[in-house]
Amino acid sequence: MTDNRFFNRSELIGILVLAVFLVAVLPLTLDVFRLNLVAKYLTYAFVALGLVICWGYGGILSLGQGVFFGLGGYCMAMFLKLEASSVENTKIQSTPGIPDFMDWNQLTALPFFWKPFHSLTFTVAAIVLVPGIFALIIGTAMFKRRVGGTYFAIITQAVAAILTILIVGQQGYTGGINGMTDLRTLKGWDIRPDHAKIALYFFEVGCLFVCIMIAQFVRHSKLGRILVAMREKEDRVRFSGYSVANFKIFAFCIAAVFAAVGGAMFALNVGFMSPSFVGIVPSIEMVIYTAVGGRLSILGAIYGTLLVNFAKTSLSETFPELWLFGLGGLFIAVVLAFPNGLAGIWGDYVQPRIERLIASRKPKPEGWTDGSVADGAPAE
Amino acid sequence: MLIGHQPKEFLLAVEALTVSFDGFKAVNDLSFYVDENEIRVIIGPNGAGKTTVLDLICGKTKATSGSIQFRGKELTRMKENEIVKAGVGRKFQNPSIYDDLTVFENLEISYPRGRSVFGALTFTRDAAVRDRVHEVAEMIFLKDKLNMSADLLSHGQKQWLEIGMLLIQDPDLLMLDEPVAGMSVSERAKTAELLNRIIKNRSVLVIEHDMKFVEDIAHKVTVLHQGQILSEGTMEKVQNDPKVIEVYLGH
Repeated sequence: MTDNRFFNRSELIGILVLAVFLVAVLPLTLDVFRLNLVAKYLTYAFVALGLVICWGYGGILSLGQGVFFGLGGYCMAMFLKLEASSVENTKIQSTPGIPDFMDWNQLTALPFFWKPFHSLTFTVAAIVLVPGIFALIIGTAMFKRRVGGTYFAIITQAVAAILTILIVGQQGYTGGINGMTDLRTLKGWDIRPDHAKIALYFFEVGCLFVCIMIAQFVRHSKLGRILVAMREKEDRVRFSGYSVANFKIFAFCIAAVFAAVGGAMFALNVGFMSPSFVGIVPSIEMVIYTAVGGRLSILGAIYGTLLVNFAKTSLSETFPELWLFGLGGLFIAVVLAFPNGLAGIWGDYVQPRIERLIASRKPKPEGWTDGSVADGAPAE
Repeated sequence: MLIGHQPKEFLLAVEALTVSFDGFKAVNDLSFYVDENEIRVIIGPNGAGKTTVLDLICGKTKATSGSIQFRGKELTRMKENEIVKAGVGRKFQNPSIYDDLTVFENLEISYPRGRSVFGALTFTRDAAVRDRVHEVAEMIFLKDKLNMSADLLSHGQKQWLEIGMLLIQDPDLLMLDEPVAGMSVSERAKTAELLNRIIKNRSVLVIEHDMKFVEDIAHKVTVLHQGQILSEGTMEKVQNDPKVIEVYLGH
């Protein structure tokens, strides 16, 4: 029991390796365009991280994480859009000072729910609170009634579909199918040039590590073990005196907040937000990233997200029609052959070899025990 | 120590309890009372409603009518986790443990502290927890297996682990559903010894088919048949009841 509240030794090594990879290796080897692509991929890694807690540990499969990604992204985009729609920027409009799409849709004043998004503080709070509270409402409605498993997954899909329709339909308030484009500055600081992209990349990586630390803390707390216990024997947990619904709601909310932070990062790094990141298809893709990386591995989910997206970009550049088949095939392959994803392969095949190699070089110290746990979580 | 004569307080009072599943009355107008520190065994043929009675007491199944009073609290209106907090512990028929966690972690989850979301986040594995887990692990013969993943335990050890998880909860009423089913003869003897040790200072409600085992531990036996009480009393009385012999023991 040498673990602290965040990580044990092998996890620390894994986190450091990831840090070096993201902070040094990628920025030094990639040009700004590719680095910005990585920044885009990493926004999905936030979602995957949330799914590890919610789906991997808690066993709650949400096929609607795009909803929370979208809510976070739209909150951020609303702030940026308002800043880009200053009176002098929009003086050619019939109503200057409101976002361009509102003008096109014959709106003559800023809707009331847009007004608070003039404040960055409010926006940051909204990025966390709006999806968090929305998840709380959905979670309470579902889990208190003991709705779970596939029924829950289907309902989250329905929510994703509803939100997409709502956004597309309410063009004047949301920018419709085109989303919110032409985002320019953050508090007067231009987010479009290369140096800004690089700075935003590092900011995003910083946020990602904060989320990783939160995830590690949850995982190593008793709550993390209760989630695993719940996944296996829900009734036993209930009859050990826990309110199972509350723990599920917590896991779902934390996944929602992580997804929302990813969405906000997306708006910042990519420079727009649209309903195509909210609906059913992106939500399922996000689940695939987690599955490929290993749904029980916090770091695995991040590598999985990066890998699938790299594959997506390079394959869809060459064979655009084939990519969706590739993605589907990948998901089937992972489920059938590697249920614990990349992390499972690492933990089952690579890590034992490395350990044997190290162990053969130095004699085992007294009282040495195998620190690996049964959940298949890898060191990296 | 009671001074003078006081009216008797039952720990558990089940009165006119009925549950019907689509018209089928699995438990029908059932009443029985369990004293403090009493060991009550429920026996009866398959489908008599034994497990349903435990389900009703612990809140897994909601009663159609009737009442279950535990220390003056009405359990039929409480949620499962509140019933646990009131002091009722339940062991399931099949060993219900967490395969992906270690024996230590299995026991730790049942330790009665940090049961809220926030409490679980801030829970620390302090000396009190460790000592208690070690103490219970010793009782349930799993002292050397604390760091072992629970799915590697044998069937009997899994049963013990679940009993241990209840012990650490320290309930006033312990409900066990077939604790020795599927155990070898030696495991059975050890379990009887274990149960005899842990039933001190608490009441126990046991469902069991093994008559030898029932004879060993029971203070009082309740025989259920088709959701109703067929006979109740000491083992000797029940064994000699012609109705019981006909529907259950005679086979």
